[in-house]
Amino acid sequence: MDAHGHAHEMPWIRRYVFSTDHKIIAIQFLLMSLFFLVVGGLLAAMIRWQLGFPSEPMPGGMLLPDEMMAPTPAGAIMLPEFYNSLVTMHGTIMIFFAIMPLLVGVFGNLLIPLQIGADDMAFPRLNMASFWMAFPAGLLMLASFAVEGGAAGAGWTSYAPLSASGEYTGVYLGQQLWLISLTILGFASLAGAVNYITTIINMRAPGMTWFRMPLATWALFITAILILLAIPILAGALIMLLFDQTIGTGFFLPASDGEPLLWQHLFWFFGHPEVYILILPAMGITSDVLANGARKPVFGYHAMVLAIVSIAFLSWIVWGHHMFQSGMNPMLGTTFMITTMVIAVPSAIKVFNWLGTIYKGNIHLHTPMLHALGFVSMFIIGGLSGVFMASTPVDVYIHDTYFIVAHIHYVLFGGSLFAIFAGITFWYPKMFGRLMNEKWGRIHFWLTLILYNLVFWPMHSIGIQGHMRRIYDPTQYEFLQPLQPINQFITVCVFALVAVQAIYALNFIISIWKGKKAGNNPWHANSLEWTVPSPPPHGNFELVPIVYRGPYEYSAPDVEEDYWLQDAPPPRETAAPALEPQPVAD
Amino acid sequence: MSWMLPDSYSTFGPDVDFLYYAILVVTGIVFVITEALLVYFVIRYRRRDGQKATYIHGSTKAEIIWTTVPFIAVLGLAFISIPSWNMMKNPDSVPADALDYIVNAKQFEWEITYAGADGVTGTADDISTINIMHVPVNQAVNITLRSEDVLHSFFLPEMRVKQDAVPGMDITVWFEATAAGAYPIGCAELCGNLHTTMGGTLNVYEATEFDAWVASQSADADDADDADDQEDQ
Amino acid sequence: MSQPAASTADRHPMPGMMVYNVKLGMWIFLLSEVMFFTALIGSYIILRFAHPDHFAEPGAVLNVPLTAFNTFVLICSSVSMVKAYAAITQGDQKGLRFWLLVTILLGTFFVGVQVVEYIILAREGFVPMVELYGVAHEIEGAALYGATFYTMTGFHGTHVTIGILCMWFVLYRAWQGKYSADNYGAVEIMGLYWHFVDLVWIILFTIVYLI
Repeated sequence: MDAHGHAHEMPWIRRYVFSTDHKIIAIQFLLMSLFFLVVGGLLAAMIRWQLGFPSEPMPGGMLLPDEMMAPTPAGAIMLPEFYNSLVTMHGTIMIFFAIMPLLVGVFGNLLIPLQIGADDMAFPRLNMASFWMAFPAGLLMLASFAVEGGAAGAGWTSYAPLSASGEYTGVYLGQQLWLISLTILGFASLAGAVNYITTIINMRAPGMTWFRMPLATWALFITAILILLAIPILAGALIMLLFDQTIGTGFFLPASDGEPLLWQHLFWFFGHPEVYILILPAMGITSDVLANGARKPVFGYHAMVLAIVSIAFLSWIVWGHHMFQSGMNPMLGTTFMITTMVIAVPSAIKVFNWLGTIYKGNIHLHTPMLHALGFVSMFIIGGLSGVFMASTPVDVYIHDTYFIVAHIHYVLFGGSLFAIFAGITFWYPKMFGRLMNEKWGRIHFWLTLILYNLVFWPMHSIGIQGHMRRIYDPTQYEFLQPLQPINQFITVCVFALVAVQAIYALNFIISIWKGKKAGNNPWHANSLEWTVPSPPPHGNFELVPIVYRGPYEYSAPDVEEDYWLQDAPPPRETAAPALEPQPVAD
Repeated sequence: MSWMLPDSYSTFGPDVDFLYYAILVVTGIVFVITEALLVYFVIRYRRRDGQKATYIHGSTKAEIIWTTVPFIAVLGLAFISIPSWNMMKNPDSVPADALDYIVNAKQFEWEITYAGADGVTGTADDISTINIMHVPVNQAVNITLRSEDVLHSFFLPEMRVKQDAVPGMDITVWFEATAAGAYPIGCAELCGNLHTTMGGTLNVYEATEFDAWVASQSADADDADDADDQEDQ
Repeated sequence: MSQPAASTADRHPMPGMMVYNVKLGMWIFLLSEVMFFTALIGSYIILRFAHPDHFAEPGAVLNVPLTAFNTFVLICSSVSMVKAYAAITQGDQKGLRFWLLVTILLGTFFVGVQVVEYIILAREGFVPMVELYGVAHEIEGAALYGATFYTMTGFHGTHVTIGILCMWFVLYRAWQGKYSADNYGAVEIMGLYWHFVDLVWIILFTIVYLI
């Protein structure tokens, strides 16, 4: 185990590159996933160019090779196979290399040890290995653009048989790299999950009972369990598909009596828990930030925990709702419809509790709070639009249209990404010791919120008009031609949306050096991470903290201030457990 | 930008559209209430110096209410959806007098086979067309949906029909058009590089016109190739 | 209500006193392994139900008596693993080394028999591909059976092999005298993993060779 005192004597490469310190690993994950977030955003902009202005020369398209963009005298025009690669890689990169590492890699690493009062993860070296598997996996995924045949083009869901044999798309190596990259990422996620679960079960500080854990940690704990159990299913499916692609087995190929639907069942059996992997930590972060901004305890803390647990449980029995039109038995469809409808309930409970949290608060609209409120309002839309898809007859019509595209973006962008912005801004001091700029933070929030809605709200509408997703040129269909102005409007708004993210990027970068010094507790929050300096030293806590109360004791009548640190000794001696702070032993 | 569905022209239309609007109303009410409360609370309880937030941890009564009410609401929506779903997708719901069709999907076209004069598919007098499907109005059609290569999805927006075609599986799709006209056919499942071109037309005829078309096709069944069908457009 | 949890200072409590980190971590990791094999075995069951005609009766293709003996060998290796663990809890260094070596040899024997079985099966034309070097599969419709068979047993064999390699490492450390009656965590988690792999095989053997 690393000795804290020796941390500064370690060579630079051990401190910042191959570090075992959970806070450094969190920053590594942050930089990696923000990079992939930018990549994913640029891919989206290219997709939107083609949809808004089909087969018109793309600005800057001449810079790309001829296999992607067909050169014409007027400029380069996107090829349909490249469009399919873009759609596939946008989804894959955003889900696996941006949102998932942002929520789980960044906040899991940063928050879990700090919030439970541990000096580091249970397995620091495994933690380091997790990042150093995830990052090359991402690079491998990007590299697949450069191989012969281009990147994978069968959608982020890689439905077989399209993905199982290159003869259908002309993509051989790209699809195989996609599979290998995700398998490696799976190992990275598993390493993280084992670490998080062990750490939370075994390493909580004295007094940090299960129901004194902040909801962010609770959500990350349940998320880690979902990852632990879901990722191996994906790994099994990926390996079988890779065998189909390379050595010529036929698991998913009807030519050898394989079952294409088996891939869908395996993928979504993993995939639906994955959806909640992408939203539960966001819910946890939002709960922490909302309570802080409202200066009020989280409304119904136990109900919130119960809701997280029941979402995680139900997420295992709803996967079939992705497959209502896949040809599976209609009776099964009915069953999955009912379970899917039921999973809306815990989400509703969370929304009502968030509203309860800000009710009668004393609301400070700081940037993280704005983003958390943005999360709640956007998650309401994303959650409600899910009810349409859950109803099987309605799903017949809107399945695989832009309605579902709008829905997932309301959940993953309006939901997860707003929570990520909230979380990064809120815990920025614990990574870099400084605060991000408030004014530019607010400007970025409002521009993003408005532009984001201008982009994705109309997608509901064109979806309802029957606009299919993943089509290269909507104008090929006569009935979609009247929708083209909306498509163009969306495209223009996407460009603006991508552009305003530069504000956040600049704010992020400049604040590392120029931000206001944060001090221990700039937001007057309660949980343990705010009891230590920003950024916390190697080993985090000088003395093992003793926890006396829950994390949301804001505006308690017993104390003068409107916050009450979890490790502040109680005013009356009678309530104090017989525990004295003790030095951290190595 | 509208939340209104385009008009439907099949017997499924009223059911699907009713469910859609029912959900739109329910979710719309929840949407307005929750978003309004959110905005109202943010304004009403905004920060004031010297003010302290009310110290409440929750309310069991409130939790019970907002668990039970959504639970009943979503289960209600689920149960009113079941009959329509069974009608649309259960092979037992196909009317006995439905005309038999085979739709065979492949990269990147729809091959439609008609039973011909004898009313049975898979016989010598079958007629086939590419990307254009002819059906009579007010008459149920029973399609056996197949795929030769990858997944496709047979999408008739105005008929409120969508069904994936899976290689190696025969999937039953049925509908009954209620108005004559030409309607789009789309492919709703990514099926390869030219997925976007996999469109077609559904021609719904009056019964007499349809019979005439079948007769004309059967007469020169030997020459009935794609070229003829293209002229029909 | 507040039960004080383990403090960070107690990160490495005595083995056997409570579930220490590495042991807990191994248990958690094995849960994910359960899911991995569930995916493979589940796929096998689904495919076999969907296409019963492509799955020969186990005895028709596979050598059941040989594998039954091999299963017995693997179960024996679990027993010897327990003996190794029991030895070190008593501080018996010689016993630890001896039983570890026995476990390694039994495990190696198991993998060896499996490799021989693969070679015989492949020579008989039982391969996991639809086509092999451009030639259609020799056993009609058996490609799916072959694919599932080799994937499941192959991944199990890989797990056994990884276990053997790790056990060589544990044995090397045992020779250095790194373990004692107070410090045997590595032997314990090695045992957990080994018993898990053994258990998976018993399930695989039942499903693939007997049913």
